[in-house]
Amino acid sequence: MAWFRKDKKPLKAEDRRDLPGDVFEKCNGCGEILYSEKLAQNLEVCPTCGHHFRINAEQYVALLMDEGSFEEIDAGLRSGDPLSFKDLKPYTERLRAAEKKVGRLDAVLSGVGTVDGLPVALAVMDFRFIGGSMGSVVGEKIARAGRIALEKKTPLIVVNASGGARMQEGVISLMQMAKTSGVLARLHEAGLPYISIITDPTTGGVTASHAMLGDVNIAEPKALIGFAGPRVIEETIRQELPEGFQRAEFLLEHGMVDRIVDRRDLKLMVSRLLHHMTD
Amino acid sequence: MAASPRLEFEKDILEIQGQIQKLVEMAEESGFDVTEQLEDLRTKLETLKEDTYKNLTPIEQVQVARHPRRPYTLDHIERVFTDWIELHGDRAFRDDEAIVAGWARLDGQSVMVVGHQKGRDIKENLRRNFGMAHPEGYRKALRFMRQAEKFGRPVITFIDTPGAYPGIGSEERGISEAIAFNLREMTHLRVPLISVVIGEGGSGGALGIGVTDRILMLEHSIYSVISPEGCAAILWRSAEHREKAATALRLTSKDLLSLGIADEIIQEPPGGAHSDWDGTASSIQEALVRHLKELCKLSTGKLLKARWNKYDAIGEWSDTEAEGS
Repeated sequence: MAWFRKDKKPLKAEDRRDLPGDVFEKCNGCGEILYSEKLAQNLEVCPTCGHHFRINAEQYVALLMDEGSFEEIDAGLRSGDPLSFKDLKPYTERLRAAEKKVGRLDAVLSGVGTVDGLPVALAVMDFRFIGGSMGSVVGEKIARAGRIALEKKTPLIVVNASGGARMQEGVISLMQMAKTSGVLARLHEAGLPYISIITDPTTGGVTASHAMLGDVNIAEPKALIGFAGPRVIEETIRQELPEGFQRAEFLLEHGMVDRIVDRRDLKLMVSRLLHHMTD
Repeated sequence: MAASPRLEFEKDILEIQGQIQKLVEMAEESGFDVTEQLEDLRTKLETLKEDTYKNLTPIEQVQVARHPRRPYTLDHIERVFTDWIELHGDRAFRDDEAIVAGWARLDGQSVMVVGHQKGRDIKENLRRNFGMAHPEGYRKALRFMRQAEKFGRPVITFIDTPGAYPGIGSEERGISEAIAFNLREMTHLRVPLISVVIGEGGSGGALGIGVTDRILMLEHSIYSVISPEGCAAILWRSAEHREKAATALRLTSKDLLSLGIADEIIQEPPGGAHSDWDGTASSIQEALVRHLKELCKLSTGKLLKARWNKYDAIGEWSDTEAEGS
């Protein structure tokens, strides 16, 4: 590395300024101070630099589905505690805390609806719920969304965001990878489209199962997408990772995602693709 | 067997083994009859081995599963099968030697064998990458599984890996996609599939060749979503808590059987697989022949349906809405 290049950007004045969170937000991409309401209107994409803020499952449903068309399914599925797992806290306690925080019973919101009039099954992962990790309920809800697509002969869309398998469910969580992939095999055999939308961040067992198996894999700009986390890799190989490593653009360059799509164009892109596949 | 790096709980066993050896040497030199003493020591040794290995804690099970003298895939292949023909490469990038594959005969029947392969020494481990495969390893595995499907032959996989390799090349060439694709394809491969966990079943790297009709586990093998060290580092914020993590993760063969993931535990000889490779292999062979016989009776449709049902049913949840109504 050139010795004269500075590693860190110098502090800017606004870095230290406390912002009223509900009125203004600072862009992580360009540092611009943004008016929250404007940002929301822009689907949480920075109008200056195009940085995609993370959004939650309801927001994805709203931006992908035709208004009023979405019907949630399997909202009542709640995870058991198959290992009676306890680390610093019991797993059940973590579950209840996440339920309270997110207002849902696990890290997937799923249902059926239409995209530009085309019926689809949709499952959206929510990173806020224990890091979007995949345990029994996440696996089951994605599998059920797939089975509904099979039954109704509609496409399946999954929006991914996950830190990987849910350790607290041990090997049961690992096997969810086989479960979701298995349903996708049946969908594939039936000639039904599956679109995987990969958002920031998607790593571990979710990447290594349904997230990578789309007929079309769409990534959001700059989304972190990988198998192993960057820190694990750095510790293993003991060298610095190249810039942009495991970002959406890196995956596009290496042929692992088919297209990077700006969130503001996401619905149109999904609709155009599905019409190519089903008309 | 060559002296092995000592595990704490093996100390007493090794000590008695040493005593036996000394006694034999002494008898040879002096001509004294030590038959009785030897008999005593040997009985003591067998009892001790049995007791020790019946009562291993989870972290000790992990140590045995990773034992450097434990038989690896090729050691089993040599003993379980005949007519082994190793084949190489993914026809796209290179031959990943962390996974071996080829044709073999089980009790005379032609089968495809695929397995992770650890190296026995540093030199071999450089080639085999400690049994941690890159994407091309998983693609190689699938290529040969599909070859088996083409010729209507069963596939037997041996699982023994710390995990898929977390490195730059691995990510560049799509380790996630390679594993994901194997998972999907294995769920509808139209021939019987059996996996045997012989050592470490390390997460996605294990599952990448592990979506099978039957999952058999050697008694002291482990299968886990994450290593106890990794889990401890994240949930207990320090790898030192690996003992707690190993217990909490429920990763032993007994755990997997009670969780309904493993279909059978293959008992190891007293003292563990590393103390008797031939004995271990013959137990594996017996189990494989038996399970394969059962699977071969099923029609392809029934086989696939059963496989789907097996994986569809894994998980524990309740439906709060159904209960409420």
